[in-house]
Amino acid sequence: MGTLEAILLTIATASTPLLIAAIGELVVERSGVLNLGVEGMMLMGAVTGFGVALTTGSPWLGVIAAIIVGALFSLLFGFLTLTLVTNQVATGLALTLLGMGFSGMLGVGFVGLPGMRLGNLSIPILSDLPVIGKFIFGEDPLFYISILLTAGVAWFLFRTRAGLTLRSIGDNHSSAHALGIDVIGIRYLAVMFGGACAGLAGAHLSLVYTPQWVENMTAGRGWIALALVVFSSWRPWRVLAGAYLFGAITIAQLHIQATNLADLAFLPGPLYWLASVIKSVPAQFLSSLPYLATILVLVLISRNRRLTMMNTPASLGRAFVPDR
Amino acid sequence: MRVELIKRPQRSALFSVLSPFIALGLTLVAGAVMFSLLGKNPIEALYYYFVAPLSGLWNPDDFWQLHELAIKAAPLILIAVGLSICYLSNNWNIGAEGQFIVGGIVGSILPVVFPTFESWIVLPLMLLMGIVGGAAYAAIPAFLKTRFNTNEILTSLMLVYVAQLLLDWIVRGPWRDPKGFNFPQTVQFNDSAVLPEIFPASGRANWGFVFALVAALVMWFLVSKTLKGFEVKVLGQSPRAGRFAGFSSSRMVFFGFLVSGGLAGLAGISEVSGAIGQLQPTISPGYGFTAIIVAFLGRLNPLGIVAAGLVLGLSYLGGEAAQVSIGLSDKAVRAFQGMLLFFVLACDTLILYRIRLVRTSPAKALEPAHGNA
Amino acid sequence: MGAANGSEAANLLEVVGLTKIFGTLTACDHINLTIGRGEIHALLGENGAGKSTLVKMLFGSLEPNEGEIRWKGEPVRIASPGAARKLGIGMVFQHFSLFEALTAAENIALSLDHKTPIGTIAAKAQALSYGYGLPLDPNSLVGDLSVGERQRIEIIRCLLQVPELIILDEPTSVLTPQEADKLFETLERLRSEGKSILYISHRLEEVKRMCDRATVLRHGKVVGHCDPRKETAASLARMMVGNEVLQVVRPPVEESAPHPALLEIRGLDRKPATPFSIPLKNINLEVKAGEVVGIAGVAGNGQGELFEAVSGEVRQQDGGSIRIRGRDAGHLAISGRRLLGAAFVPEERLGHGAAPRMTLSENLLLSRHKTDRKAFLGAAGFVHSGAIAAAAQRIIKAMDVRKSAPDPEAAALSGGNLQKFIIGRELDRRPSVMVVNQPTWGVDAGAAARIRQALIELARSGSAVLVISQDLDELFEISDAIAVMHNGTLSRPLPIAQATFEKIGLLMGGAEPGHVEHDVKEVA
Repeated sequence: MGTLEAILLTIATASTPLLIAAIGELVVERSGVLNLGVEGMMLMGAVTGFGVALTTGSPWLGVIAAIIVGALFSLLFGFLTLTLVTNQVATGLALTLLGMGFSGMLGVGFVGLPGMRLGNLSIPILSDLPVIGKFIFGEDPLFYISILLTAGVAWFLFRTRAGLTLRSIGDNHSSAHALGIDVIGIRYLAVMFGGACAGLAGAHLSLVYTPQWVENMTAGRGWIALALVVFSSWRPWRVLAGAYLFGAITIAQLHIQATNLADLAFLPGPLYWLASVIKSVPAQFLSSLPYLATILVLVLISRNRRLTMMNTPASLGRAFVPDR
Repeated sequence: MRVELIKRPQRSALFSVLSPFIALGLTLVAGAVMFSLLGKNPIEALYYYFVAPLSGLWNPDDFWQLHELAIKAAPLILIAVGLSICYLSNNWNIGAEGQFIVGGIVGSILPVVFPTFESWIVLPLMLLMGIVGGAAYAAIPAFLKTRFNTNEILTSLMLVYVAQLLLDWIVRGPWRDPKGFNFPQTVQFNDSAVLPEIFPASGRANWGFVFALVAALVMWFLVSKTLKGFEVKVLGQSPRAGRFAGFSSSRMVFFGFLVSGGLAGLAGISEVSGAIGQLQPTISPGYGFTAIIVAFLGRLNPLGIVAAGLVLGLSYLGGEAAQVSIGLSDKAVRAFQGMLLFFVLACDTLILYRIRLVRTSPAKALEPAHGNA
Repeated sequence: MGAANGSEAANLLEVVGLTKIFGTLTACDHINLTIGRGEIHALLGENGAGKSTLVKMLFGSLEPNEGEIRWKGEPVRIASPGAARKLGIGMVFQHFSLFEALTAAENIALSLDHKTPIGTIAAKAQALSYGYGLPLDPNSLVGDLSVGERQRIEIIRCLLQVPELIILDEPTSVLTPQEADKLFETLERLRSEGKSILYISHRLEEVKRMCDRATVLRHGKVVGHCDPRKETAASLARMMVGNEVLQVVRPPVEESAPHPALLEIRGLDRKPATPFSIPLKNINLEVKAGEVVGIAGVAGNGQGELFEAVSGEVRQQDGGSIRIRGRDAGHLAISGRRLLGAAFVPEERLGHGAAPRMTLSENLLLSRHKTDRKAFLGAAGFVHSGAIAAAAQRIIKAMDVRKSAPDPEAAALSGGNLQKFIIGRELDRRPSVMVVNQPTWGVDAGAAARIRQALIELARSGSAVLVISQDLDELFEISDAIAVMHNGTLSRPLPIAQATFEKIGLLMGGAEPGHVEHDVKEVA
């Protein structure tokens, strides 16, 4: 396997959890609900996926359990914000803190244990094609699910009546209510879909990306997923682009950290010099690149106020109490 | 069964006071359930969590424990008081953890870079630099929000990770104690750079706790008695009415972030100089995040926050006590704190709404209207 | 063609003893009402009389506490708007229930329950819209459309469901007189096809002109049924209000006194701030001491943007574009303009003119912390709550604000009482320039008359008063001159003696000012 092949493969692996979590949150936000608890839901998914896979011996059961737990966990948020009309920002934060706490507690016994990995696809001939073979036909199963999920959500939002209904709630919940649309019921479903996706994304981390359990192993990916939704202007295919951009940055900085300068001696002078400059940057700065990139991306996408206002679902984060 | 909310004509004064207590009660019940599920005796666990650390109240031999409580509560109160200003004005600074760290780093410049400089002025300068450091770090999301319309929740949080990595680099790299056997830590601060204890005779509590009380009093006065406090509340509740009043929401973004960042920075340097005495890769057990819970449990009222800070400080101590005595994982503390915030938010609904349970039978919708109840 | 169904009950809809209670308020109290086939039935009543509540129960968005609805003689329970549509009841909302970020066709699709393929809706809607003379581009974003066009979408959306009863809630309040005439033609045509219409309005002239029968509501109760064509506007108004409506008196402007221009707007331009806002183009206007100038216009033609620019909520680059009492004020923020003697009352009461969850005293401080700094604030911005509470009580007394607690939250007041407080808050300062946007929108007749009289009196005492309003009756009642806003431009003001509904209406519809004056000359 060539270096390029390996890099492409790892980029996809690093991007997939971001993509899955962000696609779920996109649906939630399209319905007008801002759930800042993605990080917490991902952690719950990660610890559940790891634990169930370990105890049953089946990574797939772990994946399914993570999806269910993610959805159930998001129901807590749904009940507070939709039924009790609490502040969505504060409640989302609470969900993240709760997820960090619960996952840490549930995972005490898992720390340091070797985990199970969901195997990569292997199709004879196709998977062995040069360069793109592994990238397209030799990924882990969740990679394919993430692509299907993106396509499915894009189709659902813009090609179906149910998707139109969901978007209408996000645009103006009072009008939707006046038309007889069950605003709260649909938002519950959207929130649970977001929770299920976050759970799945968490399972990807603990069953594919790094098959082990480490406390707070999401390391801010839930928040980056939230930023990706803003970056995408609430459009599914742009989420995919954003997720791969971040995956690429993550992998690039990891490769820079791992590469030995001595191995690059073959490079021509200027390039070698550049590499040595980059290598002299402390590892911590390289590790902070994904976070700094998130800020940069948010700045670039938000600076056009008019455009941002156009794209943001108009009732995002606003409380809704139906009169009855 | 359906939950229905009925808006109260006026916010309920009764539930404004009662809701944090209801939330605490519910958290204790839920905590007891959680401990039983973990196979521990819930009564015993709750005892170690919330009673044992307070034994200094009746047993003079344990009086030092109350000092420990003050040490834990001080940073929580300092940070939460600042956050309350931010949240009241509807600015969501959730990066206090990062501002705490940067305050600790900037405040440590003097004792780490000039370890031989000993003078009475060192400590005041350190505290000031800590405040400036925290405020400057908080100014970044404020600037990005006002200038580029960037979501401050995400930027302030991203900067937490950056601050943690910065601290990690600084104690392993440039500021590592050359005589420290390669441990990732700075030199021990000299005596003039250490925040003194208030009553050294009875325990370790340092002046950080006094700072916290003073900050709470000042902020309480500001919020409830002055035009600035009015401005904070108006802009937080209805920004358009605030603009109509002639208040600037951009300036309020900076005000909120600078105040909360400065107080988080003060908490950071107080913790480093008072409780730790040097910089290490980790200087906070998540104070910046727990303070969010403190702010809400205190109902964003600075005086309420003092009480809430003591409760959450207690949970940290209780977590340690329970780990030692009945082998309960210290991770349970975070779960406990998370539940508390959930219940606090849920109970706050009672202030604006009456809650009614309505029995619904789906079949009824199809019946004709005769005998409509 | 009215389908004659002899076997069915004569009445399409019957309402018996319908009651709705919100907390302590009985919004609808044992309402009885019948609507026949092919009838235009008016529902009359003041703001807060219970019209909207009744209609929401008929359309299934509210659940009645008591009473019965009979559809074609059969008792029915209308559990949701979907159920109402299935029965054959359609509704055109006053505050449109449209989605700005969606296209016209998508908006229409949302209210069609049956499995119409989404692709075919656009074509259907277009065909129907041209059939009824209500042209419509199904692919345009609703956010980009004018108020009149939006109403067309609402009507088309309603008609596509082939309803037998159409409920229209204050449909002409957002239209020019000419657009309203077109709407009446459409309604006549629907009546001739045998459809019934429940027509809600407080405009008595159009009710007299169009409706076959009328039901009048007051304080949630039916106070009478009548044939509006046999009543006078005054007798209908009496039924609605319960007693004689206070007549607003407009004394002539004193000719002898000097009338300096206190508010001047010169060549004001403004770029749109949000995706759906209107740019202002070269606006010029003068308001002199002693006079009330009205600005008419259909909603969404730049009135809100003009208010923001004049009040200083949004500042201008050019200081001379707004002058208050002879001083350049364009570069000043709202507080600076207040210090020059100006006062402002925005359109939205809750959330703009007042903070909903703050008390009346706190809301007093909202607009007067700069102008009354000495009286209300101490050193370091310490708030003298005693002085503020006393001033608030003074305003409450002067404007007869009715409330349930000594110092209630703004949200706890009725619309009319809160508006009286907000206007009183500014009048209490005796401002020399007063700018009011929609002074009596959603306010009951008694409060409205009081507010209008107060504005006239303020002007006659030597202040300049600028009133932006969609209510032409109101503007004709209080203004000394009326200018018209259309698509971000402002016409020259017409002295009230020369202004007619027709002329103003043409300008509101976008006719060139020259044309209007030309037409008038021909007529004269």
